[in-house]
Amino acid sequence: MYVYDQHDQTIIDERVAQFRDQTARFMAGEISDGEFLPLRLQNGLYLQRLAPMLRIAVPYGLMNSSQLRKLASISRTYDKGYVHISTRQNVQLNWPLLEEVPDILAELATVQMHAIQTSGNCIRNTTTDQFAGVASDELEDPRPYCEIIRQWSTLHPEFAFLPRKFKIAVCGSTQDRAAIHYHDIGIELVANESGEIGLKILVGGGLGRTPAIGSVICEWLDKQHLLTYLEAILRVYNQHGRRDNKYKARIKILVKAMGIDAFREMVEKQWSALKDGPSTLTEKEITRARSFFRDPSYLTLDRAKAMSDLEHDCARDPIFANWVTRNTQEHRVPGYRIVTLSLKATGFAPGDITAEQLELLAELSDYYSFGEIRSTHQQNMVLGDVQASALYTLWQRLQAAGLATPNIGYLTDIICCPGGDYCSLANAKSLPIAEAIQTRFDNLDYVYDLGPLELNISGCMNACGHHHVGQIGILGVDKKGQEFYQICLGGSQAKDASVGKILGPSFKQKDVPEVIDRILFTYVTLRQEDENFLDTYRRVGIHPFKERAYAQAD
Amino acid sequence: MRRLIKHGSIIDDAWKQIDSNCLAPAHDQICSLEQWQNLADKTGSAVQLEPGQEPASLYAALEKIELLVINFPVFTDGRGFSYARDVREHGYQGELRASGHFIRDQLTYLQRCGFDSFQMADDAYLEQALTSLRDFTEHYQAAIDEPLPLFRRRS
Ligand code: SF4
Repeated sequence: MYVYDQHDQTIIDERVAQFRDQTARFMAGEISDGEFLPLRLQNGLYLQRLAPMLRIAVPYGLMNSSQLRKLASISRTYDKGYVHISTRQNVQLNWPLLEEVPDILAELATVQMHAIQTSGNCIRNTTTDQFAGVASDELEDPRPYCEIIRQWSTLHPEFAFLPRKFKIAVCGSTQDRAAIHYHDIGIELVANESGEIGLKILVGGGLGRTPAIGSVICEWLDKQHLLTYLEAILRVYNQHGRRDNKYKARIKILVKAMGIDAFREMVEKQWSALKDGPSTLTEKEITRARSFFRDPSYLTLDRAKAMSDLEHDCARDPIFANWVTRNTQEHRVPGYRIVTLSLKATGFAPGDITAEQLELLAELSDYYSFGEIRSTHQQNMVLGDVQASALYTLWQRLQAAGLATPNIGYLTDIICCPGGDYCSLANAKSLPIAEAIQTRFDNLDYVYDLGPLELNISGCMNACGHHHVGQIGILGVDKKGQEFYQICLGGSQAKDASVGKILGPSFKQKDVPEVIDRILFTYVTLRQEDENFLDTYRRVGIHPFKERAYAQAD
Repeated sequence: MRRLIKHGSIIDDAWKQIDSNCLAPAHDQICSLEQWQNLADKTGSAVQLEPGQEPASLYAALEKIELLVINFPVFTDGRGFSYARDVREHGYQGELRASGHFIRDQLTYLQRCGFDSFQMADDAYLEQALTSLRDFTEHYQAAIDEPLPLFRRRS
C-alpha cells in the first residue's frame, strides 16, 4: 500500500497543528460556531445528537495492521472501545471529546492516517472496489489512480468551499463494486481495441434526495490527463453549481439543468486551458504510484491441489464449508482466496467492530494476509490474500471472535446508517430495524434460498445507508413527529444501475419485518427457476409486491 | 484608512472603497464591474468582482488593471477561489485582493490561488491572522504560488 515520505508526513503533521490551533481558538471563543463548522467538518468532526462523531479517512478502504492497532488503541483511550465502518469505507468514532480530537489526529498521523475532508463541502475520500488488486475480473488495479487523486484533492486550495460535497469513485473491473454510477464523478478503467488502458469519466451521479445515475462526459481519456480533466470539471462546478439551495447544490443538478452536452462543452473549454499543463501526469509518477501496489510475495501454488485440499477440509466440517461458500471468493492468484469478514452478526449494529476484534484482525492479517486489511462500503472487512490451505484455521479464529457470520451478500448482510440512535439529522432510527429484520430471518437456509439480496437502510433522505440502490431499500421518515418507514424496491448499484421505486405509503416500525416477509414471499412465489430477486422484480414490476404488502391480514 | 495584509505584512490601504452610486469614480477609487466597464481609460484602474461576476469580462484589459478585488460576502461561497486562479492563469500581474467575510483560516488557500493582499472584515486581528499564512510549508497540488505539483518536485 502507499507509504508516506517526508513530504506527505509534513502535510499531515502541519494539518494536525493547524486544527489544534483552530480548536483552541474555538474553545477560547475566538471562532464562532458558524466559522468553526466547515473547519471541523473538513477534519471529519461532526457535533452529533449525543456526542461528537469523528470520521477517519481510510483512503480507498485500505489499511495495514499497525493502523488497525492504532484505531483499537484510540477507541479505547478516547472512546468506548469500538468503531463503526461507514458506507464510504471510512472509520467512525462515536464518542470522542472535542478537546481531545487534536490529540486523536496527532496519534493517527503517526500511522499515516488522518481525517482530512471526510466531511464538508469539499472533495471527499476517493473510494474503489474492495477487491482491487486481487479480483479475478480486474483490467487494471485502480488504487494507484485513487492515490493520485487522493494527493491532488487533499487540501486543494481552490476546491475547499464547493457548493456541496463531492465524491469520486474509481473502478477497474468488469463488475462494478465501487458504485461509480452514483458518484459525483465515476471513473472506469477501460481498454481500447489495441489493448491500451484509458479512463472513461462519468459525472453527475448521486444518491440523497434526488438520486441520479451518472452520465458519460468522456468516453476515453488518456491517463496522463486525469488531474487536469478533474480540475476542469471541478472548476466549472465551483463557479456554476447552485449555492442558493443546499438541496439543489450537487453537481448532478447542474448537469441535469445544463444537459450533459452543454456541460461537457463548458468543461472542455476550461480543460483546453489546463490540458498539458504542469498537473499533467508523468510516466514517472504513474510508475511511482503503481510501485506501492505491486504483488506481495505470493507463493507459487498448484491450483488443483489447493482446491482439492480445501474440498477435503470442507468435507470434514459442513459449517466451515458453508462459510467458505458464502464469505470467500476467487482470487486471481492460484491457491489464494479473498475472505470477507461479516460485521453483520445479529444483535450488533451493522458495521461496528470492537477494539479486541480490530486487534485480532491486525494479528490475523499479519499472519495470513501480508498485513493488509480492507474496509468495504457494505460495512464489512476483507482479508485479501489468504492461502486456501490456511482458511480452516483462520475460520476457527474468526468464529471464536464473532466475525464469521456466513451471510455476505445475503439478506441479513444489511447496509445501515447509524440513524436516530446517533445522528442528529435522522428522521428515524435505523439500527432497530436492521436488528428486527436480522432476528426475524434467522433461518439461514431460507436466507440462502432467497439468493443474493441487498437490503439497505437510511435514517433520512441523506441516504448514507444507500437505500435507493438497495434491491430492497428502507428509508426512515417523519410523520407528524412519529417514526415511519418507506420501502422501495428494485435499486441496483452495479453496472446496470437503477434507482429503487417506492412501494407505497410508509409503515410503522413494528410492521416492517412483516412487510419484508411479504415482499420476499411474493418473490419466492413468482420467481422462475433460479431467478434472483432483482430480475424477478424487473420482470413482474412492483404491482404484485404492492398488492401483497398492503393486503389486510385475514 | 483601513489596514490590510499585503505581501505578508500589514499596511495602510490607499485605495478608496467602492461607491456604487457614484457615476464617475475617482482615480484612486475601486470601481464596481459596471463602473469599470464604463471607464474610458482603464489604465491604473481598480475593480471589484462579486460572486457570479465571472472574470472573463476583464480578460481584454487585464494588463491595465492595477488592483483587482474579489469580494466574499460570505466565507462559504468559494467561487472567488476559482476567479483568482483564473485571472492569474490569464496573465494578470497586478494586486489581487480578497475582501469581505473570508476568515483567517482560509488565508493559505487564498494565497495559493493567487491573492496577494487581504482586507478582512474586521482588521483588529491582522497580526494574529498573519501566522495563518504560514500554516503549510508543503503542498500536493500545483497552484499559483507553486506552479509545479509535488509529483514533479519530489526528491
Ligand atoms: S442517512 Fe440520515 S440518519 Fe442516516 S447517517 Fe445519514 S444523515 Fe444520519
